[in-house]
Amino acid sequence: MIKLPPVNWLSLLPAIIPAFTGILVLCWDLGMKNEERHRLAWLGILGLAITAVVSFCLLGRNEPAFNGSYTLDSYAMFFNLIFCLAGILTFLMSIQYLHTSDIHAGEYYALILFAIVGMVVMAAATDLVNIFLGLETMSIAVYVLAGIWRQRLQSNEAALKYFLLGAFASGFLLYGIALLYGATGSIQLGKIAMHVNEHGASTILLIGVAMLIVGFGFKVAAAPFHVWTPDVYEGAPTTITAFMAVGVKAAAFAAFARVFLHTLGGIHGQWEGILWVLAVLTMTVGNITALVQNNVKRMLAYSSIAHAGYLLVAMVAGKELGGAALMYYLVAYGLMNLGAFGVIIAVGRRGEPNEEFADFAGLGFRYPLLALAMTVFMLSLTGIPPLVGFVGKFYIFSAAVKAGYLWLAVIGVLNSVISAYYYIRVIVSMYMHEGDKVPEKLSARPALAVAILIAAVGTIWLGVFPSASMALSRLSFLALG
Amino acid sequence: MAPISYHLILSGILFTIGVMGVLLRRNTIIIFMAIELMLNAVNLSFVALARHLGSMDGQLIVLFVMAVAAAEAAVGLAIILMVFRNKETINADELKLMRW
Repeated sequence: MIKLPPVNWLSLLPAIIPAFTGILVLCWDLGMKNEERHRLAWLGILGLAITAVVSFCLLGRNEPAFNGSYTLDSYAMFFNLIFCLAGILTFLMSIQYLHTSDIHAGEYYALILFAIVGMVVMAAATDLVNIFLGLETMSIAVYVLAGIWRQRLQSNEAALKYFLLGAFASGFLLYGIALLYGATGSIQLGKIAMHVNEHGASTILLIGVAMLIVGFGFKVAAAPFHVWTPDVYEGAPTTITAFMAVGVKAAAFAAFARVFLHTLGGIHGQWEGILWVLAVLTMTVGNITALVQNNVKRMLAYSSIAHAGYLLVAMVAGKELGGAALMYYLVAYGLMNLGAFGVIIAVGRRGEPNEEFADFAGLGFRYPLLALAMTVFMLSLTGIPPLVGFVGKFYIFSAAVKAGYLWLAVIGVLNSVISAYYYIRVIVSMYMHEGDKVPEKLSARPALAVAILIAAVGTIWLGVFPSASMALSRLSFLALG
Repeated sequence: MAPISYHLILSGILFTIGVMGVLLRRNTIIIFMAIELMLNAVNLSFVALARHLGSMDGQLIVLFVMAVAAAEAAVGLAIILMVFRNKETINADELKLMRW
């Protein structure tokens, strides 16, 4: 008889809980009446809350599993918290959103949970195969989610575009993995790091690194690999857009930063140039194209490209400061972006998505609280103190300056100034234009209101008291060792 | 035995054919086939490298990649089918509801 090797179950807990919850959701959905299906969301929220608590309690520990190909360290745990936050807020926003659409609730909630399993694996993977598996688990679930509103043509188109380009990009990622394996003789990040530090970079290794940049660049929506982003974000159901913009991006950055800042940190000089160009290109393309959009959802898609650019600045800066700034900014970006998408959902109604700038006109007079929340998110995305977006950008740009990338920081700040135009355009539209759109009362949609409230409070709280979360992100990044 | 470079060059050629297929063809099913070709070209690299390096890791990855490719095929064909039902076309150029 074959003896099974010992498995460190503790390290798998944050992946097992959402996976198990997802299966439970699928089973419970079978015998359920349609009007009861919102309970599935609460079950999912419960599962994610337990995952978050477990991750939080395990912070500071280092639990390797499967011969060192999967390690639950503080770095992974910090990202787990981001994924759980994104998942919980998405669930809260989905409860009423699903009533205004024709989406079937059962598989919708289960797929979000399965996508989170993939993200958790990606953040904890210390082996290139596990990164690939996590990425595909997440991506396949999200391909389906993008097209889950089957009757809506935009949703169909978004799913197809996302699927084709996503699979195309994972081909590049996989080729990069193969070349890294060939050049270093191992797929474990630790051994690759040792090899790279000893022997430096060979040509094959560098081609592999370039392929990895293409694959990850696609997932984080960095220019010039961003062409899918606006179409997919616009076409997908708004809740899924929020989930993709925050969760998928954070997961991709988790693996991206682990591989590049830690494993390939020894050859920082070889790839910083490429990422420098990508960062500048991404920020500029995202911000300039966002200027001419008339659809707020599409504008936020371009804004998410621009924010990927700021995050790439943190990657280029690297080291402790850059890494910690990257993680802090992902939290910041998650909160304000989820909130902004929440407001878009609140303004929409069944049959009329109300996503144009004109649809936000006059919102400030008729729904002062909703408009106030949107104002907070928009100002935070611009980077106005004392909101979290300002603190995050401040950390990123100061890390870049301290690492000697003055011009990169200057270009980043200039880009933030450009971005003020289209973010403030939303505020101007809400408070200075007359409009007649009457969204459904928020009091009729308590879960959505709670989600927006959490995001708004988080945006203000972390902006006024950034030190605790900044210290946490620094400690978590140092756990990469 | 043929030297490792033969396998790697063949794999590179197959990968390039796959990339060209994705970029040049407009039928989404053909595009999807080209993507599968890319994945399998990489598989060839993995197997050749595993043999060359004398490690099992490469062969193990191939099994995972095949499983992933199968899952992707299931989801991908379902998405293509859904699009065809609603739009009666699977030509990539005709999917332009959203443009900037």
